[in-house]
Amino acid sequence: MADEPKEKQPSPVPAGDKPASSPAAIPPPKPAAAAPTGVTPPRPAVPVPPKPPVQLQTPLNNELVGRIRAKFGPVLVEAIEDRKQAILTVECGKLAEVAQYLRDEEKFDLLSDLTAVDWPKREKRLDVVLNLYSFAKNERLRVKARAADGEQVPSVAGVWPTANWLEREAFDMFGIVFTGHPNLTRILLPDEWQGYPLRKDYDIIEQDTSWVKDNLGIESGQ
Amino acid sequence: MAMDTTTDSRDKQQTLLGADELVLNMGPQHPSTHGVLRVKLKLDGERVIGSECMIGYLHRGVEKIAEHRTYQQFAPYVDRMDYVAAVSNGLGYCEAIEKLLMVEAPPRAKVIRTILTELQRIASHLLWLGTHALDIGALTPLFYCFREREEILKIFEKYCGARLTTHAFRIGGLQYDAYDTLEKDVERFCKAFEPRIKDYEDLLTQNRIWLGRTKGVGILTAADAIALGATGPVLRASGVKWDIRKAMPYAAYDQYKFEIPVGSTGDTYDRYMVRMEEMRQSRLICLQAIENIPTGPILAKVGKVLKPPPGEVYHAIEAPKGELGYYVISDGTVQPYRVRIRPPSFVNLQAFDKMARGHLVADVVAIIGTLDIVLGEVDR
Repeated sequence: MADEPKEKQPSPVPAGDKPASSPAAIPPPKPAAAAPTGVTPPRPAVPVPPKPPVQLQTPLNNELVGRIRAKFGPVLVEAIEDRKQAILTVECGKLAEVAQYLRDEEKFDLLSDLTAVDWPKREKRLDVVLNLYSFAKNERLRVKARAADGEQVPSVAGVWPTANWLEREAFDMFGIVFTGHPNLTRILLPDEWQGYPLRKDYDIIEQDTSWVKDNLGIESGQ
Repeated sequence: MAMDTTTDSRDKQQTLLGADELVLNMGPQHPSTHGVLRVKLKLDGERVIGSECMIGYLHRGVEKIAEHRTYQQFAPYVDRMDYVAAVSNGLGYCEAIEKLLMVEAPPRAKVIRTILTELQRIASHLLWLGTHALDIGALTPLFYCFREREEILKIFEKYCGARLTTHAFRIGGLQYDAYDTLEKDVERFCKAFEPRIKDYEDLLTQNRIWLGRTKGVGILTAADAIALGATGPVLRASGVKWDIRKAMPYAAYDQYKFEIPVGSTGDTYDRYMVRMEEMRQSRLICLQAIENIPTGPILAKVGKVLKPPPGEVYHAIEAPKGELGYYVISDGTVQPYRVRIRPPSFVNLQAFDKMARGHLVADVVAIIGTLDIVLGEVDR
C-alpha cells in the first residue's frame, strides 16, 4: 500500500505538464508555511488560481425534466447535467413510482445498471444510482436517490427484473435495504460476511490485520 | 456432485411423477460451467423446474481496489475481469476516464483501438464457439477455433508484448504505436479467416445433432431479454437490433460500415448464428480500418498525474459479451472516488433461470455455454 494520501495539493490544474510539480516537490512549502518564522517563503501556488473549477454540473431543464416536475413536483429534488449526461435526483421513498413512470411513459425500458455510492460525510450517506437507457429515444438517463444508513429504499425489481441481482449486489456491498425485493441476500460475498466492503469506512488493511490476528494469532505483516 | 431431496415443505411442489423434486448441485468445479459458476437445479426427473445461480467464487473486490489506486494504476486490473477479452475492457475504461478528463484520443489511436478491439471480439467469439461446441459434444471446432485465436493473440503479442491481459491502451490514446507490419498481419489474418468461418459452419450449422441440441433450447423473447437487461448477442438473437457501436458510436466505429446481425426466436441456435455473423462483420471492420490508418500522434495531451475535475461519467461500450459500462466518479484527486463496472456477463447470467426452466439437465450445459459468461467478470 504505497499509495500517496489523498491530500488536496495547491498545484496548478495541468499538474502533469510541469515536471516541477511531482509529488516530491510539493511538500517543502507546506511546513515552511506553517512555521511561524518571519521569512515568508515564496508561495507561487497562490497567484495561479484559475483553479475555481469550471462548473461542470449545470442545471438541466429539458422537456423530460419538465414533464417529471409537472407530474411529481417536489419529488424531483435536483436535475443536473454533468459532461452532457443527464442526472436526476429523486426522493428516496418515491423511487419505485418514478421508475414505473420512466419505464412506461418515458420508455426507458432498459435498466443498464443499478449501483450505489457512499458519501460518509453527508447526512444521507448513500446514493442509489440507476443508469437507464431508452431504445426508442437512444438516450441515457441517470436517476439517483439519497438514502440514510438503514433507510429503506423501494425496490425497482418489480419495474425492471434486472434490478433483482443488481440490488442484491448493492445490498451486499453497501448494506442498502431494498423493500419489496424478492430475495434480498448477499450475492458475491458469503452469507456470513460481516460489514459492507464498498463503504468508505471499510478499510482493507484493517480487514487483513484483524483477520490475521484473530485467526492466526500473529501480527500481520501488512 | 451432491444430491439431496429437499425436505423443506416450502419447496415441495406437485411434480409430474408425483415424486419429490430433486435438488442437484452443479459446480463450482464443473468443466461445463466455464469457471466457478455454481448452479443449484431443482429437478423433476430430468426436467429443470427451477434454478439458482450461486456466484462470487472469483470475487476480488475490483471496485474497492480501484478506490485505492490512481487512474493509471487501475487500468491493468480491468483486463482481469473478462480475461478472454482484455482489450475491450481496457478500451471501455480508458474511454470512460477520457470522458471524465474531457480529452479525446487522437484519430490514429482511435483507429488502432478499433482494429485491436474487433480482433479481440473475434478471439472472444472463437473461444466461445470452441468451448460451447465442446460442451454440446462437438470436439473438432475447438481445435480449429484455437488455431485462429492463436493468430490474433500473436498480433497482440507483437503489438504490446502480452497475449491475454494486454493492457494495450493508455488513458488518452496508446502507449505503443502500431508495429511496422500490423496492417499486413491483420490483412493476412482476415483473408485467411473468411474460409475458416465457413469451415466452422460446415461442421455445425446444418449438423443434425447441433440443430437438435440448440434449436428451441433456452428461448428468450425480446421482451424478456430487455426486462432482464440482457445485452450483446443475447439481446440481438432475440430480435432487438441494438448495438452500442451503432447506437452511440465510440472509438472509430462511426467511420465503418457493418451490419448488426439479429435473430428471430432467441434460442441457442440464433445466438450461435448471431455470433458467427458478428465475427464476419468484425473481420470487415478490420479490413476497412487497416486501409486507412491516419498518421499523427497516438496519445492526447494528458498529464502524467491525472486529476479529473470533480464529477461523474457513465460510459458503455459494446464488449463481445454485451454492454460493458464504467461509472466513474472523480473527487478531483488522483484516485477515483468510485468505479462501478457494469459487467455484461453478470447481468446476462440473470436470464439463465428463465431460459433453463422446462429443459433437460443436458440443456443446462448448452444454455450456460450460449450465454457466453466469463466468471472473472461476473464476480469481479
